[in-house]
Amino acid sequence: MIFDPNVILKHLPEIIQGTGVTLALWIAGMAFGIALGFLVATTRRYGGKATNVVLAIPVEILRGTPFLVQIFLVYYGGPFAGLSLGPIPCGLICLTVYSAAYYSEVFRAGFAAVPHGHVEAAECLGLSRVQIIRRILLPEMALIVLPPSVNLAVILLKESAVLSIITVPELTTTISAIGSQEYAFLEAIFLLAVIYWAIVEASAKLGRIAEARLSTFRFSAP
Amino acid sequence: MTLPAINVKKLVKRFGTATVLQDIDLEVPEGKVSCLIGPSGSGKSTLLRCMAFLEESSEGMITVNGEALGFFENARGERERLPAAQIRAVRSQIGMVFQQFNLWPHMTALGNVSEALKTVHKVPKTEAEDRAMAQLKKVGLENRANHYPSQLSGGQQQRVAIARALTLSPKIMLFDEPTSALDPELTGEVLNVMRDLAAEGMTMVVVSHEIGFAATVGNQISFLDQGRLLFTGAPADVFAKPRHPRLEQFLDTYLDRGASMLV
Repeated sequence: MIFDPNVILKHLPEIIQGTGVTLALWIAGMAFGIALGFLVATTRRYGGKATNVVLAIPVEILRGTPFLVQIFLVYYGGPFAGLSLGPIPCGLICLTVYSAAYYSEVFRAGFAAVPHGHVEAAECLGLSRVQIIRRILLPEMALIVLPPSVNLAVILLKESAVLSIITVPELTTTISAIGSQEYAFLEAIFLLAVIYWAIVEASAKLGRIAEARLSTFRFSAP
Repeated sequence: MTLPAINVKKLVKRFGTATVLQDIDLEVPEGKVSCLIGPSGSGKSTLLRCMAFLEESSEGMITVNGEALGFFENARGERERLPAAQIRAVRSQIGMVFQQFNLWPHMTALGNVSEALKTVHKVPKTEAEDRAMAQLKKVGLENRANHYPSQLSGGQQQRVAIARALTLSPKIMLFDEPTSALDPELTGEVLNVMRDLAAEGMTMVVVSHEIGFAATVGNQISFLDQGRLLFTGAPADVFAKPRHPRLEQFLDTYLDRGASMLV
């Protein structure tokens, strides 16, 4: 077998489109997941003991089952429960809910890492709960939650390849099709790895830049 | 007789099954320095935290300048929780200083001191910072305004924390072991700021192991042991002729170290 780069060049528009679908689903799923995860974490923190225990159940189920199984259940099992979704909406919802479970745990740990005295000092000065979250907790925990958040983003990107199973026209689906069509599996799979790896490296770099910016107040000299 | 600044009546605090405060009655006189002393675990910090409503008492009442803090007794004599806005209003008369400073690490000294003015009282930024700067000047740190807490010594951090508690012009200042986290060389600068504050006539409640400070600056000393308030009196009564055997035993360790010279 000879490695033939022309196969790749010939299908460049489809590859770009597939990459676009992967990026869009990944970023949207992550954004919604962060928002939902933050909502779950704050509700668990402030909603009382019962709410905390009830919300722990879906979080544990989502974290304790494979993403592949979750997609199958929603995509093929959904219609039996009156939930018929196309591949893309199904993929987006699954990515959102799956990442929300993980992000809620990241935020929960972030909340816990801020010394309680910092919150008490704010309470004594009359800051409301929302003001304490916005002005004290979020900025203080930003540096703590950033590394696991970037890590989670990377894992989520790679998990998104599983969406090819339900025919979402994303990167893995597109490139596998090219591979079969051209009988060029090596080129296709190699390219697939390179593209995923490039996105991962880029996002890790962004994460490091953000971390350096956030940490100025901890490390800057007098 | 004027109304006490803080009046604690029959206060009980339980954590689960453990009773950490038992039937505490205490009047904090206005414009005076009241010190709470006692061994570790005696409940003095818990009592102070109840006064700041950082701990919710299990029974009894606390009033601040005549207004109920957190709970009130309704017509049938039952304890009821006050609405949150009212709790905030009463709490705003009180400033709190913590053992661990609890400065917010992501804000400069000026940011820490001006935060409540900006966020809670919606004071415009420049005016809030001017007022914050005046407080920093008062604790001698105007030239450290743009430093982050990590760039300040422990004593400087605690002085910023005192300035922060003072910005909203509280009527009463509570100090929870303000010098316990500092090395001995740095306690002096914090105690000096507190002395100045006392000289201005601020009502203060101080939980402290600084018996020297209690003896020289305190107007009223209360001694707690195992969740009970055993004795309240003037410094001379407490330190010169401790009448209570448990108090005598407690003070022995300090008097050995020369605190008797102070009274």
